[in-house]
Amino acid sequence: MRKTALSEDILLSIEKPARYIGNEVNSVMKDKNKTDVRFAMCFPDVYEIGMSHLGIQILYSMFNTFDDVWCERVYSPWTDLHKIMKERNIPLFALESQDPIKDFDFLGITLQYEMCYTNILQILDLSHIPMHASDRNETHPIVIGGGPCAYNPEPLADFFDLFYIGEGETAYRSLIDLYKKCRAKGCGRSEFLHRASKINGIYVPSLYNVEYDEEGLISSFEPVSDDVPRIIHKEIEMNVSDTYYPLKPVVPFIKVTQDRVTLEIQRGCIRGCRFCQAGMLYRPVRERNVELLKDYAVEMLENTGHEEISLSSLSSSDYSHLEELVGFLVGYAEDKKLNISLPSLRIDAFSLDVMSKVQDIRKSSLTFAPEAGTQRLRNVINKGLTREDILNGASQAFLGGWTRVKLYFMLGLPTETEDDMRGIAELSNDIARLYYELIPKQERHGRVQIVSSSSFFVPKPFTPFQWASMNTKEQFLEKAHFVNDCMHEQLNSKSIKYNYHEADVSILEGVFARGDRKLCRVLEKAYDNGCLFDAWTETFREEPWIEAFEECNISMDFYTSRQRSFDEILPWDMIDAGVSRDFLKREWERAVREEVTPNCRKACSGCGALVYGGGVCYENKDQI
Amino acid sequence: MKIRIKFKKYGVMKFIGHLDIMRYFQKLLRRSDIPIAYTTGMSPHQIMSFAMPLGIGIESDAEYVDIEITGTIPSKTAINSMNENSVEGIDILSFKELPEKSMNAMASICAADYSISFREGYRPDFDCITRLDAMYKEPEINVLKKTKKSEGIVDIKPGILGFSGNNDRIDMCLSCGSSLNIKPELVLNAVYDREGCELDEFGLLIKRTEIYTRIDDKLMSLDSIGTDIV
Repeated sequence: MRKTALSEDILLSIEKPARYIGNEVNSVMKDKNKTDVRFAMCFPDVYEIGMSHLGIQILYSMFNTFDDVWCERVYSPWTDLHKIMKERNIPLFALESQDPIKDFDFLGITLQYEMCYTNILQILDLSHIPMHASDRNETHPIVIGGGPCAYNPEPLADFFDLFYIGEGETAYRSLIDLYKKCRAKGCGRSEFLHRASKINGIYVPSLYNVEYDEEGLISSFEPVSDDVPRIIHKEIEMNVSDTYYPLKPVVPFIKVTQDRVTLEIQRGCIRGCRFCQAGMLYRPVRERNVELLKDYAVEMLENTGHEEISLSSLSSSDYSHLEELVGFLVGYAEDKKLNISLPSLRIDAFSLDVMSKVQDIRKSSLTFAPEAGTQRLRNVINKGLTREDILNGASQAFLGGWTRVKLYFMLGLPTETEDDMRGIAELSNDIARLYYELIPKQERHGRVQIVSSSSFFVPKPFTPFQWASMNTKEQFLEKAHFVNDCMHEQLNSKSIKYNYHEADVSILEGVFARGDRKLCRVLEKAYDNGCLFDAWTETFREEPWIEAFEECNISMDFYTSRQRSFDEILPWDMIDAGVSRDFLKREWERAVREEVTPNCRKACSGCGALVYGGGVCYENKDQI
Repeated sequence: MKIRIKFKKYGVMKFIGHLDIMRYFQKLLRRSDIPIAYTTGMSPHQIMSFAMPLGIGIESDAEYVDIEITGTIPSKTAINSMNENSVEGIDILSFKELPEKSMNAMASICAADYSISFREGYRPDFDCITRLDAMYKEPEINVLKKTKKSEGIVDIKPGILGFSGNNDRIDMCLSCGSSLNIKPELVLNAVYDREGCELDEFGLLIKRTEIYTRIDDKLMSLDSIGTDIV
């Protein structure tokens, strides 16, 4: 029988011991004496969040199809266990074998959001792996980062041996082969890293020297030797219908955030919203074969016993075979008493029909993401959704029996004026008014409920807004209060609820999103000051962060509110994410001119993703 | 058709709480192709009820869950299929058809057997079984019983239906169900009290070994009711 790394007295004294015992259905057990390479795959947040992530499941299943590799999982111990592990000096372990992470060959950490960065240091710290890559030797695992935040890995440069830029399905095999070869030959860690830097998509931060000018701007960013690539090109899986997919996903014992089968129907997005990093990074759009998806759905449901399935992708309404796939799933679900959890779809006759079949209309709500309050600002951010679209969708829905509407907005977008902010309240009010106009009094069940939420805009690398100035915390809060006041002035304010995000977290996110290597020190200091689980409101504390910046004498404004010039060397310039700098610049200029760029299906805007030789780029359309 | 399933819970599975075990069975039944029946209505759910929750940290040789199925399936096939789709720590022991009019497990339970031993370093320095014997000779054993809702003094003596054991292990049969629900910790706490010692519940290794119903004034294990489907 498996022996747990934690003793029974610990397991019985902490919250949810099931987070740490492994043994789940479909978790993979192998004989460690018969596998050459041991890979620990980490999502640096608590189990319930990490287990809900599709990317990890894809890579976990891919690695475990390799006979010579055993891939296991590790998540951040919650604060209760963190304390015990520190006190008793217990090394962090993998869930499957319960063996210490420090004995693995690789520790792979997915970088999904900036606010988990202190959790990465926790993982290294609890694993008893030296925090700084430069302090590690042959006995330590190779620490590798991947995922969306790896597109600007610089704030984490000191802590990682290498970063994998792009989609994981393609280059890991070469990396593992190189590792085995190097080990067999007895080459050292630095020799391995040097050779790894030549694999496409692999970025080894220690092989690049960064210099700064007196203002703190990057003055040069150079490889240490001529044979280290100057530019790292992202990896991309062009054949999404013939690649790894987790047909036997691990089934957790405890309820996790996404407690269902997840079916990824396509990658990428044709829309080109200018604030959206994912929409830029995952170009070009690649759709999965619909017959394949039907088979996957059935197989995954049978292999897990889950009673719910959800579709995953950006802008799912743009998937060409959505009606066919959803039609199939609705039929299958009825038969097998399953639930379908729909992604947020464009509200039209089709989606309303499907929603009425799979949800209780009175309990479910409609979601619109106008992102901005006026058409002018929506043009700036290239959000295709118009006021007419929203009002048409809402009126169809109200007539169909829905009474709840959720609206998502952003505050602090470039060029934003008071009119745009007031527009958020006015649009919310217009939708409420529409309900009262459309639905006669005797047919109403109480008030219509409009929930409007705003988040604060954080400029991200590889978007047309990557040079933009971000608002300060004070500006953000002032804006949120302004919108709140406008809401109260509306005739239907009693039907509208307005929420806004935490501003302090958005600022930190902004700092790290566009940060450079100088931030590594701040991050380490913040962790020393006790910052952990910063993505959680219950554990986030701003003061130790402020202190960390002060102690390192680093200004947050340098990274957030400063408008960058087009000729500045950006920390992520060594990465080729598929979209060219020229395209991003063009899009920024169009944004300022309030010009909309058509989506990838209507016309090609020459972003640069054509070089990958597939996907939406090769469907018929016009050239602009 | 009403079915009673008996299973064993051991190893790391003892850290999985009752609600999660319910979720585990819902998924296990689906994976194993058991033709489980669903309630009707907007959100159908599986017809399933557990005999008695088991606390976190406790193992069991005899847990019971009643379900309803729409078709029929040989017991052997069902047991094999469920065991193939289960994890280490949950073993399906029996799958029996219940008589149409039988009460569900939860309503019919009246007693359970427990086997208790001590973790290393937690063995009391007095002879537990002798003291238990002595305590049982008292006319009443009044203890403070706390539940989620209330607390009050309860005489647990009528709930102690039997005990035996030695220095290493104590077996007890305790009443359970709606009328008087006694846990083994409660009994041992009373023994420790009389010795002027404090019981550290973590020191106990508890295993439930059987659950009973009463038929014609006789205790019968819950799986003695049904019959195997062939």
